[in-house]
Order: sequence, then structure tokens, then C-alpha cells
Amino acid sequence: GAGPEGQCGRGSSQSGRGLVQGRGLPPPPPMAGTILLSPGPGWSCRAVLGEGHQRTVRRVAWSPCGSYLASASFDATTCIWKKQEDGFECVTTLEGHENEVKSVAWAPSGTLLATCSRDKSVWVWEVDEEEEYECVSVLNSHTQDVKHVVWHPNQELLASASYDDTVKLYHEEEDDWVCCATLEGHESTVWSVAFDRSGERLASCSDDKTVRVWRRYKPGNEEGVACSGTDPTWKCVCNLSGYHTRTIYDVAWCHLTGALATACGDDAIRVFEESASSDPRQPTFGLAAHNSPRRAVTLHCSASVLRTSVEAEPSRKKRPRVSFSKHMSLMARAVFPVSFLE
Amino acid sequence: GPGGGAALENANPLIYRRSGERPVTAREEDDELPDSIDDREIFDLIRSINDPEHPLTLEELNVVEQVRVKVNDAESTVAVEFTPTIPHCSMATLIGLSIKVKLIRSLPERFKLDVHITPGTHASEHAVNKQLADKERVAAALENSHLLEVVNQCLSARS
Repeated sequence: GAGPEGQCGRGSSQSGRGLVQGRGLPPPPPMAGTILLSPGPGWSCRAVLGEGHQRTVRRVAWSPCGSYLASASFDATTCIWKKQEDGFECVTTLEGHENEVKSVAWAPSGTLLATCSRDKSVWVWEVDEEEEYECVSVLNSHTQDVKHVVWHPNQELLASASYDDTVKLYHEEEDDWVCCATLEGHESTVWSVAFDRSGERLASCSDDKTVRVWRRYKPGNEEGVACSGTDPTWKCVCNLSGYHTRTIYDVAWCHLTGALATACGDDAIRVFEESASSDPRQPTFGLAAHNSPRRAVTLHCSASVLRTSVEAEPSRKKRPRVSFSKHMSLMARAVFPVSFLE
Repeated sequence: GPGGGAALENANPLIYRRSGERPVTAREEDDELPDSIDDREIFDLIRSINDPEHPLTLEELNVVEQVRVKVNDAESTVAVEFTPTIPHCSMATLIGLSIKVKLIRSLPERFKLDVHITPGTHASEHAVNKQLADKERVAAALENSHLLEVVNQCLSARS
């Protein structure tokens, strides 16, 4: 029968060089907690990192420079792997979370890392030139399990998504990391968030079957949106509802085309594009349709990523199907994470 | 079971009669025709799950009933409502988890499962339902060998 096992966490390299899959299969050992580097068409498996974790590997992330890989695990640790000539070596293990680590993300600067956990906290880590990692903040703002963390594309601003139905934002204020915004509106667990290329907008996806787009309003903004002190306010400017029939586990915002892609528990991947006449204050998004070459580029980009990630999943019974429906929502088996290769 | 020598929460549960065996139809006997999965088949899978506290099945305690099972084979969905015996039953999550695991292990992968508490019958139904609906929480919980053992005991056939 179907199983909660076999979930796939993946991350894509910033430079498109390496595709990594974290696999969480249940015992028997030694397969539990294994990290595989990149099986798939035109790709060869370069390494199997089987010694780092004792439980499901939930997410993996390449550092911006491409030399390091971080892996977040249900065993409550995050391993940092360094690329060597003949493979990868675990250079350090970040400990401290009380239970399952759900996500890890590198800031664009490469000197900061964030992790989050079912223990409700978000941790910020700093790494120096000697590859020493230090926890610089433990943020206890969420009241429940934190599912995902992601960094702003060009500022040291961190976003987190939680089982408490909110998105929170954090930045450093006078040497201390603080929660500077809480985005409320979703009616159930928020599973993931993604910033657009500019970082002025954020998309969130939820168990409530909606995707919401939030826009940042700085103090003194011309729309007259109130701000508290010097902190910007984030307002929900779009609610995509009625498209998904089950939990939406992941959302990705393409920094090249502006398209949004979602991974849903109804086995479909959907691509949304902003309408040409969209007003930034009330943007409208629609499902991508057949007829434009621009869409073909978007879908090709998604399809090659997704086909690789779907086929890479170890086949328990049948091989997963990837096909195009007439609404161009890609059908894939139990889609979990999705991301665009840049 | 859990609690050792402590008093049972619900020491005198109501016990319900088991329904009989299902009659086999001619269509079902024909190997050429595909069997679609119906409410009764799902009920047959879950009715004999043991209650964690009492030496009785979920059917005997009326925790599960066929009328509270909804299957849509064409859409690959199964929804099961279960009724804890008392509104503050601390075993509700465990019972829901046992039902979920039994269905996961028995049904084809294509099925999407929704297991939740019969509305109005438990003090923490929203919190319990939310946990049962979170596949990551369910998966992580089942990696706990002690919890898995308790679930397996609920799912084992009684002699």
C-alpha cells in the first residue's frame, strides 16, 4: 500500500550544477538517512552520503558558492558536507534542536545559515573563514512546528512557515535577531514560502489549499499602508484559491520568468503566471495555458527539474507518471518539493 | 497497555454487536471484472482494530461504523470518521493513527486518506485532526519505535 515513507527532499544548486536528493526511507539500514547525489537522465550518481544521519533526511541545500551541502534531518541534526576531489566529507554537525529539523537554508552572502524544527524554533548560524559554525540566535516566535525557512534574495531577511498557520520574518536589529513581521491569513499549516526576484513579494502555500501573495510596504509608502516604527508591513494582495484540491506542500517563484509553481497532494504540479494587466497592488495570477512560447519555456524548465526529481525517487511499485493535462498542470505522483533551476 | 495499573478512562464502555460476514456476489467472484473498493471493504479493514485500552475492537466500541466510511474509488479518496468513546479520550490520536496506518498498509498507493474525529465528539478534535492530516508528522511519529509497537499491537489480530 501507500506509505508515508519514501518522501523526497531536494535542493537545487544556485548555478544549476548539481541536483541533490535527500531520501527518507524507513529501516532496514543502511538505507535510512541516505543522501544521493543526482541520479536521472544524463546525470550519474556521484556520491552516496550514508554516514551522516540516523533518520529521514528532510531537506538538502547547496551553499551559494557550491562547495558545501547542508542536510537537515529528523535526527535533530544538520550536517555540513564539503566537496572534496573524491567525494564529500562531513565537516561539522550542527546540534541543538530538540527534535526533527525540517529545513535548512543558506543566505545569499554564504556566511549565514538558518534551520527550523518541530521544536517550534528557528536557529540562525554564522560561519567564518575557518569553517567554524556558531549559533547566533534561537528564535522562539512560532507556537508550533516550523516547516520551512527561506532567505530573502538580496537582504539578510529570513522567512519561516509554520504549523501555527503563520509566516514570520526576522532580521538583525542591534546585534540581535528579532521577529519583525507576522503574516496571518492562512487557515491552516503554512508549508512553504518563496520570495520573488525583487524580494518585495512573497508567496506562501498552505494546507488550506491556497497560495497567498504578500507585498512589502515600507514606512511612508504611497498607498498609505500603516507601518509600525521603521519596520515594513506585509499585506496579502492575492489569494489563489479554488485551484488545488489538497494540501499544497511547496511553492517556487521563478526569478527568470516570474512564474509560480506549486506542488500539491492531489498529485499535480501547477504553474501560474501573472496576467499582463496585473496591478502590483492587487496582482492577478492564472494557470499557465497552452499557447505561448514563453509558457513553453517555463514548463520545459519545470518539466526537466520535475521529471528528474520524480524519476529519481526510488520506485517502490510503479514508475511515477509525468504527463501534460489540457490545463498544463503537470501530473506527478505525490509531489512534495518543487523548485526552479536558475 | 498504556497506563499500567492506572484506572481506565472509560471503565464501562458500551459494547456493540459485530455485523456479520459480507456475502460474496457473483460479480466479485468473476476474476475478469475489476473490483472497485467500496465503503464495506474499508470498514472490513478497520473494524477489527483493537482499542488500545479495552480488550475490544473499534467496531465493538462503535468507534468506527460503516456509515462513517466514505470511499470514492474513481477519485481515489477514502474518508473515515471515528468516534472516541468519551469526549476527553486521550487515546484519540493513537486510535486515529492506527486507522490511518492500517489503511496505508492495505490500500493501493493512489488513495488519499482522510481520517478525522466525528464532529462534536471530542474536546480536542481540531488539534487531533490536524495532526492526523499532516503526513510529515505521521511519518515522523511512526519512526518512533515505541509508538510503532503500540500501533502494531492495535493492528494485530487477537487470538
